[in-house]
Amino acid sequence: MDSQNVNLNTVGIRLAQCAKTFPDGTRALDPVQLEIEPGETLVLLGPSGCGKTTMLRIIAGLEQPDEGGQVFFGTQDVTALPIEQRHVGMVFQSYALFPNMSVAENIAYGLKVRGMPEGEKKQRVAEMLTMMHLDNFAERRIDQLSGGQRQRVALARALAVRPRVLLLDEPLTALDAKLRESLRSEIDRLLRSLKITAVYVTHDQSEAMALGDRIAVMEKGRIAQIGAPREIYYRPATRFVADFIGSMNRVQGVVEGDGLRLPSGLLKVGPRIAPEILFRPEDVRLVDAGEAHLHAKIISAFFLGDHTRLILDIGGEQSITAETVERREFKPGDIVPIAVDAESLLFLE
Amino acid sequence: MSMKRSAHFYLQLTFTITVCAFLLVPVVLSILAGVTENFFVGIKSGLTLRWVVEVWSLYSKTIFLSIGISLATLAVTLLIGIPAAYVLARKQNRYTRWVEELLVLPVAVPGLATALALILLYGQFSAFRISWTFILVGHVLFTLPFMVRSVLAVMSAIDLKTLEDAAASLGATFTQRFFHVILPNCRQGILAGALMVVTLSMGEFNITWMLHTPLTMTLPVGLADSYASMRLEIGSAYTIVFFIMIIPLLVAMQWMSEPARPTKAKHG
Amino acid sequence: MKPTRREALRHSLLVLPVFIVFSAFWLLPMARLLSVGASGEMGVSAYWAVVTDSRYLSSLISTVALSAGVTVVTIIIAGIAGMFLQRNRFIGRSFLIATLTFPLAFPGVVVGFMVILLVGRQGLVGSVTEWMFGEKLVLAYSMTGLFLGYLYFSIPRVILTIMAAAEKLDGALEEAARSLGASPWQVVRDVMIPGLRPALISSGAICFATSMGAFGTAFTLATKINVLPITIYSEFTNYANLPLAAALSIVLGVITWLALALARSMAGSTVAAAA
Repeated sequence: MDSQNVNLNTVGIRLAQCAKTFPDGTRALDPVQLEIEPGETLVLLGPSGCGKTTMLRIIAGLEQPDEGGQVFFGTQDVTALPIEQRHVGMVFQSYALFPNMSVAENIAYGLKVRGMPEGEKKQRVAEMLTMMHLDNFAERRIDQLSGGQRQRVALARALAVRPRVLLLDEPLTALDAKLRESLRSEIDRLLRSLKITAVYVTHDQSEAMALGDRIAVMEKGRIAQIGAPREIYYRPATRFVADFIGSMNRVQGVVEGDGLRLPSGLLKVGPRIAPEILFRPEDVRLVDAGEAHLHAKIISAFFLGDHTRLILDIGGEQSITAETVERREFKPGDIVPIAVDAESLLFLE
Repeated sequence: MSMKRSAHFYLQLTFTITVCAFLLVPVVLSILAGVTENFFVGIKSGLTLRWVVEVWSLYSKTIFLSIGISLATLAVTLLIGIPAAYVLARKQNRYTRWVEELLVLPVAVPGLATALALILLYGQFSAFRISWTFILVGHVLFTLPFMVRSVLAVMSAIDLKTLEDAAASLGATFTQRFFHVILPNCRQGILAGALMVVTLSMGEFNITWMLHTPLTMTLPVGLADSYASMRLEIGSAYTIVFFIMIIPLLVAMQWMSEPARPTKAKHG
Repeated sequence: MKPTRREALRHSLLVLPVFIVFSAFWLLPMARLLSVGASGEMGVSAYWAVVTDSRYLSSLISTVALSAGVTVVTIIIAGIAGMFLQRNRFIGRSFLIATLTFPLAFPGVVVGFMVILLVGRQGLVGSVTEWMFGEKLVLAYSMTGLFLGYLYFSIPRVILTIMAAAEKLDGALEEAARSLGASPWQVVRDVMIPGLRPALISSGAICFATSMGAFGTAFTLATKINVLPITIYSEFTNYANLPLAAALSIVLGVITWLALALARSMAGSTVAAAA
């Protein structure tokens, strides 16, 4: 996307002691402190009900935080400002395009309510259409657009007013898998080149990892962990984060020296060891019999095209998942020698 | 098996056609009666428009009053009904259900009772009592729930809140949102409600009969008057005038309730 | 002012007109009606007396019986015709549907007039029977005439509701029944009628309520027919017996409201409009 001409005056966002309790008593958000750098893309990631959308709406101004909570855009306290005065750009999960207006009119709407002169408005709209590859769509009605096209119109409309921050509420959830992937890279490029502060809500962890400068993993109204994608993936702070991001194997046994004693063998994965160890499926190595820690029996094998996922029985009524790119065929009942490197183990603080 | 279904089908068809005839024949009969010289003699006496003309000379004022009151009722229900529907659509809680129930009461309760109540409380204000606005009040009470329900149905279906949030996120104030986004997307509901209100008002009798005075007679009231005191042909001719006024409205309502063809969105 | 408070204020202002109009012109007058009903020589017990006094009781009973009868017959007729039209496509279908739904907006007076034209003293049916059997059949000025009139404006209402409900019926249930060996009649009895039950009950309740409160038709046919609305009307106009008229209207109002509340609880908001 070409966005050289977009000159944005973006700010950082700060949340101070923002909590949210709804009138019916549900506690959607516990008091939270959050600081987002200007130009940073922060992803709010979590299962439904974790509070990520509530937090986004508090930043937007669609919800008010409980007494004592404050929202800052840069140095300005915007807590008491309704959304129409916060100068944000927002993309909704359902796009919320106005059915009674054409594509061009939708994009121009934010400019229209600000009283922008006709000529300038037309020019800005044309800019946005080009930026989003929607040049021939200006006069189309909304119901004539496909999902991907609507998404682009929603983005164009939000960016047309040159907002200070961009807020996206699960913008790709409504699209099918292939489209989601291609639009994901477009959004990534867009955010990078615009250098605008963005808050992106999603429940899809691969989306979060691809797009976020930092990810805030949320659970039941609070932030479980916040950090760069690599940090979250390789050093999850809690069991929840470990389970939510990627898959996690959990093995229990008796500590014996620098290994873990299991009925089927000794997992020599020291020096650091604990009665329960965690490691990711892709870190299970298929090795020759001599190097193996364990001989596991295949319970199920799923050929997924670019890799194979194996459910392995490691004895003692425990099973683990392994992922391998090896091309040979795996069948249930086969015995595979496996090993896990010490560096691959994850320990929760 | 196929023979049996055919017989079944034709049996039902005959039944349905008989029912339709039951509904249609009286209408045809009254139209004929209104353009016949002499009903008792029958068609043999010849067709004429003199009765229709006479109806016009006798009752033109009632016709105009009916039209006027219908339009006034429409204006009032639009002005107070649409904002109410908006609030009901936004809030959607236990209280809004009560409000809807409440608004329907003048329709649920016989018009007689509503009219009686109005006379009891306001009959003493003679200027109000003999004015057309007295009838207007009755009509508004009776048609308001239909306008509200019609607009509310559309508002509930279009995820009003998110559209409003989107407009607000772009900087629109409430007034701007209301006229740029909310109203245009409720057009269908407003139009359907408007047709309903006008049709109901034109045909309203139960309340109006109690509330009217000789100077504030509406079309249905005039109809009752003509049935009672005029010869049959005039009553029929007046009924023809009523049909002429009401049937276009019914056609419009029928046409409106036909579901619109949704344009298929492309995939990709 | 905090945004939420501003929004709450705005919402209150928007519903205010409706509340004012409704309170001033319906709630208050109705309260007055209630108190006037109790202002006669018997006081509040007048309400009870109204239902137990034989004069008014007979009026109430005949009104209820008439309305119930109309409801049952309408449901049967509209059920058969409605299901048939919904399920079959043929030339002239739209015309039949149009014919069946247009009478929806005819006020009771017009219906009464048409009943007179059909079965009144100079009615068509009378002339035909006179020509065929030498005796004029005149039904208009009795309960039979009223019955026919009520049938006339009830059928369109109920048919619409039934057709709408029939459209929403899941065809898969009937196919399942047929695959298990059910005959067409069994499918109707065991799958379709239970499926339509909410619509049948709700439209039946509306039909009942409308018939209970109908005034124009009876008024046109004759003021001597003994139905409650006519009784109320004569008490008010002929005898100026305000308290009695008020009490009777309240009783009538409560009965019709109960019937409609039943309808709403059965079918939510798919209730066809009453007029």
